[in-house]
Amino acid sequence: MLMGKKDYWRWSENVYIDRNKDWRQGEIITCGIDVGSVSTKAVIMVDGSLYAYSVIRTGVNAQENAKKAFFPMEEETGIKIENCSYIVGTGYGRINIPFAHKTITEIACHGKGASFVGGKKIRTILDMGGQDCKAIHIDEEGRVTNFLMNDKCAAGTGRGLELLAELLEIPIEELGTRSFDIDEEPEPISNVCVVFARTEAYGLLKKGWSKNKVLAAYLRAIAERVSSLIMRIGVEPEFFVSGGISKNVGIVKRIERIIGLEAVKVDIDSQIIGALGAAIFAKALYEKERGII
Amino acid sequence: MIVHYGYLDASGEYFITVDDSKCSVCIEKGCIKACPKSIFMESENDYGEKVMMVKDEVRKMLKYICAECKPSVNRPPLPCVTACPYDAITHSW
Ligand code: SF4
Ligand code: SF4
Repeated sequence: MLMGKKDYWRWSENVYIDRNKDWRQGEIITCGIDVGSVSTKAVIMVDGSLYAYSVIRTGVNAQENAKKAFFPMEEETGIKIENCSYIVGTGYGRINIPFAHKTITEIACHGKGASFVGGKKIRTILDMGGQDCKAIHIDEEGRVTNFLMNDKCAAGTGRGLELLAELLEIPIEELGTRSFDIDEEPEPISNVCVVFARTEAYGLLKKGWSKNKVLAAYLRAIAERVSSLIMRIGVEPEFFVSGGISKNVGIVKRIERIIGLEAVKVDIDSQIIGALGAAIFAKALYEKERGII
Repeated sequence: MIVHYGYLDASGEYFITVDDSKCSVCIEKGCIKACPKSIFMESENDYGEKVMMVKDEVRKMLKYICAECKPSVNRPPLPCVTACPYDAITHSW
């Protein structure tokens, strides 16, 4: 390995606090933690409204990820895990959250979270996560009515994009925009499997294709693959995209073109939707257990 | 809730689709005993309903696991589908 080689796959961790609120003034503080294979997200809600969130890279120590995701919010606001009335864990690593009161699947949490931020008209959700891709239908309450998950291949997942970023030596956060910096949209590459795609990408680069053009061909192939998943459950407006890859405009815009629907845009990080849904469930469960509703 | 268990890969789409709203009222859950590969189990979904689910460990191998029930010629009715009184199960391949 060359000295000083860039980690092209490395995406930014982040933390958000709503400075207009003070958690100490709240009555019911709930927390949702989504431990994914690539990222771990934690959300705090105060009396049912979003107060803070944090997104970190999932580490190798399964027991520590949830705590680490909570910590940036503790550092900024002084809130501690013990201050939370109820905590729901979700995601691939949800069984590794020792302080969670309950675990709920990420499918149900994404439904709840998307309906909360995108509105009651959201019907179709595409969640592109670290190692799987899910197409979900919800009703006006955010309850899941139909879902499909594909976790057999890395295409359309965060892990697949990390490999692509390394392969093309393009920072992962630039993949989307760079894929439009081309003269003409190329045909999709024939195989989205990351193993075969590597060989095909090398072949195209050797043929004189620019990196951006190879990227566009790959992202188009992913968009086609993922769109066929959504179409399998049926596309119904309004449409919402969550998960880390929702930040990749190169994939999202191509999916929008294929399915003929524009995704609803929200002004919070759509990577936290699962954790947000978990925090919403946490409030409902807390109230139910206390006989508040 | 309609649940699609399975996967999509370069060779095709392999999904077993279950309408679990029907499973929640099905007392017998005959599909569980009928499957010679024991791929189904009873479990609670996120909404507290007792439904039938496809076991996690087989989800990515359905094409191979179901192969014996699906000969390429003269395919007989599938045991899981036949055992279901509510037409809750369909296969995509
Ligand atoms: S027999 Fe049919 S309705 Fe009953 S549990 Fe199985 S799939 Fe569901
Ligand atoms: S096709 Fe056969 S092996 Fe597959 S689920 Fe049905 S009964 Fe089981």
